[in-house]
Amino acid sequence: MRFSPHTDDEIREMLSAVGRSSIDDLFQQIPPSVRLDRALALPDGVSEMELVADLRSLASRNRSADDLVCFAGGGAYDHYVPAVVWALAGRSEFYTSYTPYQPELSQGVLQVLFEYQSMICELTGLEVSNASLYDGATALVEAVHMSTGRGRNRVLVSAGVDTRAVEALRTAGRGAGYEPEMFDGEPSVADDVAAVVVQHPNAFGVLEPARERFAAAHAGGATAIQIFDPLSLGVLASPGELGADIAVGEGQVLGNHLNYGGPYLGIIAGRLADVRKLPGRIVGETVDVEGRRGYVLTLQAREQHIRRDKANSNICTNQTLMALAAAVYLAWLGPEGLAEVGRRCLSKTAYAADALTALPDVTPAFPGAPFFKEFAVRLPRPARAVIDAMVERGFLAGVAMPHAGEDVLVVAVTERRSRDEIDAYVLAMGEVLAA
Amino acid sequence: MSGGAPIRTQGPVASTGTIADHSSSGRRASAFAPLDVPEVTVPESHRRTRAPGLPRVAEIDIVRHYTMLSQQNYGVDTGPYPLGSCTMKYNPKVAETVAAFPGFQRTHPLQPDATVQGTLEMLWRLEEALCEITAMARATLQPPAGACGEMTGLLIMRAFHADHGGPRTKVLIPDAAHGTNPASVRLAGFEAVNVPSDERGLVDVEALRGLVDDEVAGLMLTNPNTLGLFEERIEEITAVLHSAGALVYYDGANLNAIMGKARPGDMGFDIVHINTHKTFATPHGGGGPGAGPVGVAAHLVDYLPAPIVARDPDGSFRWDRDRPRSIGRLHGFNGNIGVLVRAYAYVFGHGGDGLTEVSELAALNANYLAGRLADAFPLAYPEAPPMHEFVSTAEPLKKETGIRAMDVAKRLIDLGYHPPTVYFPLVVDEAMMVEPTETESKQTLDAMADAFLQAAEEAHTDPGLLHEAPVSTPVRRLDEARAARHLRLRWGLEEEPDRRP
Repeated sequence: MRFSPHTDDEIREMLSAVGRSSIDDLFQQIPPSVRLDRALALPDGVSEMELVADLRSLASRNRSADDLVCFAGGGAYDHYVPAVVWALAGRSEFYTSYTPYQPELSQGVLQVLFEYQSMICELTGLEVSNASLYDGATALVEAVHMSTGRGRNRVLVSAGVDTRAVEALRTAGRGAGYEPEMFDGEPSVADDVAAVVVQHPNAFGVLEPARERFAAAHAGGATAIQIFDPLSLGVLASPGELGADIAVGEGQVLGNHLNYGGPYLGIIAGRLADVRKLPGRIVGETVDVEGRRGYVLTLQAREQHIRRDKANSNICTNQTLMALAAAVYLAWLGPEGLAEVGRRCLSKTAYAADALTALPDVTPAFPGAPFFKEFAVRLPRPARAVIDAMVERGFLAGVAMPHAGEDVLVVAVTERRSRDEIDAYVLAMGEVLAA
Repeated sequence: MSGGAPIRTQGPVASTGTIADHSSSGRRASAFAPLDVPEVTVPESHRRTRAPGLPRVAEIDIVRHYTMLSQQNYGVDTGPYPLGSCTMKYNPKVAETVAAFPGFQRTHPLQPDATVQGTLEMLWRLEEALCEITAMARATLQPPAGACGEMTGLLIMRAFHADHGGPRTKVLIPDAAHGTNPASVRLAGFEAVNVPSDERGLVDVEALRGLVDDEVAGLMLTNPNTLGLFEERIEEITAVLHSAGALVYYDGANLNAIMGKARPGDMGFDIVHINTHKTFATPHGGGGPGAGPVGVAAHLVDYLPAPIVARDPDGSFRWDRDRPRSIGRLHGFNGNIGVLVRAYAYVFGHGGDGLTEVSELAALNANYLAGRLADAFPLAYPEAPPMHEFVSTAEPLKKETGIRAMDVAKRLIDLGYHPPTVYFPLVVDEAMMVEPTETESKQTLDAMADAFLQAAEEAHTDPGLLHEAPVSTPVRRLDEARAARHLRLRWGLEEEPDRRP
């Protein structure tokens, strides 16, 4: 493949125009001692059709969610992505552009981001959002960094928070000087605590007493951070209603494909009073010299390219395209659609949980706890072995949670799963566990 | 000359309302299969009491609205995009095709390794290729962007020093560096210390020597540097750092200049991040996603984020999670895999020979365009020839006419082009940072040069054209001060109460 349009004649003409006799002349300032004196040890280039064959062959060695019925969750979910989402987000005027530094040429992306920010505020019941972060886990890190300082540097994390998000927080904490502390039940919020983090619904699908936890955070003067599921918010009370100061979530569920873990969408929302601590790009509305409404990147004095080593965050490139997809998806859903997705997740998950725990020796890991679109069970065999055996029967059975026990399986049921699929899944699980 | 940048400025629905302004009670686009299980409701204490104010629109409303907005946006597919330091090259369409294969797009990040052997092998091959291009031993593909790659590299530095003589406090950065460098340094728990440039625009090596002591954990550097110039004394620079026990970090922002010509590892760099959305043409997405793989030299492999891909003796691939000295995880899953598929397509489609030619023609285009502009917009540092991009200055034009780089940029829009990066790097007055990339033809470069020169000419003859510009766009110059003073960061009930859903 070659995408440079130059002809040999043009290359000669251009070299002559710059007074060079050869291409190598352009690289003369590289000292000979560090110049690569051989060809790169990579295969030669191939034609597009050969490349497609290579990647088709690689892709065919994967089992996709088109082929395995997906009951896996744990932060990434097989929700339906309507055709309209990528028909629009895939328009190349959007996806071949970059950060809208020249607003007059970028009103398209800027306005979609303004609409995205608006919809995230509507969803979360909070006042401000931004133009996206990398994913849910990194959004949590950014939220925690908004809360630390002024003598408060401890971060209390609920035991129900996703382990990978905690790992990301632990990694970031090594640089920023905190160590996440896990709590179960009521947190003890002393005056050196910066943030209390609660995931609701939690990593096992369970609805947490978030209101009480956030009240405890506030009583101790700490920032209340909720990790939320955007698709739960048609049926569940919003982070704003629950008292969260900052809400972060994984936006993959909003019109983005599974993509084996990325690119996903880091969502963050907070209070207007904290907007100057919010990381990343923020789009604001203004007017042009003729008084027409338009959009620009605003409050840039917060950001790394202005504040440099005083900036609260280093984010530059973000996940704008995924935010764009989320905006289109949320417009497609509308408030009724959002509630319908939520009710379907809730109802199908309850149905699956009842059927699965009716199997011999399969018990709820949290008996009596209310859940949304995931539930945890204890199996009579190690979860990983069961997952492997279920692949042979055509299912992604769920996600193992070894930190909670080798026998714990977390099962996710989205609006896509039909009753027939759930019944077939439970039947297959019965066979696997009886084997 | 054309009548402005090729974006939509009029038409039947080119109004500026938001999607919420199209909202009508009772209208909707989504539909679902009938509920086929008994309905369950949320316990009352957890229930949402008021529906969120999402728009109520039909699918045609959505399609017209977002299509109109896309037409008010300028991308590489629209026209040349010489935004310096961003490498806005053509994004091959085939990369989109292959990334959409269900085997890539519809796989779950937590499914068993045995069911994603194709992806793991793809990542393995890509990692090997990136290591060959940069002369590194191993790489992590986990960081989702360059800035996260910087954080990864700095935390590796931190962990390395903790194991070798104790923590260090400072990281050196050239004064022309991208803002993410100092921001990452502080977030990684270090103090950022500026290294001055000399009169040629290169690292002042004598000043560097004076700054290096046993508190310095490392140096972050691009090469070619932010001015587009190759650091000729790079071996001396890396040796100065190494002799003090410090590490040297290569910021891959400018890797597009040197593929197949020189390799960071051979220059003495210990850590390298790569911006796949720049060098390997993965689409910039209006601001992202990108990917920021980080390669390291052999002595740092143990510190890489976990997990990394491993190949077993039987030829199968798996995630190796058992890495006790790893700095940990920097992403919820394993990075922007969908972006990495596109990078793989670019790397293996081009091959070693093709990637080398990419860098050659990137340098040819930059030198050619710099030469065409030199009379009106001289190079800020003319002593060293530029590589894949160059920094010119509009300072002489400003002295003569009062016209600033920003005015030239806005006039270029009316002449049909996306402007270059302006006012960066900060060390150059009236900076115009131009990166034409290798995918623009001589004809395009000539036409673009004509537009730059026309703007410079008009600065003398008809400066109003530049002060007023742009006039051809859906909106003209926007009041950024007002945007920051009167914050309106979302649609709100207070301003249009009757149009809200």
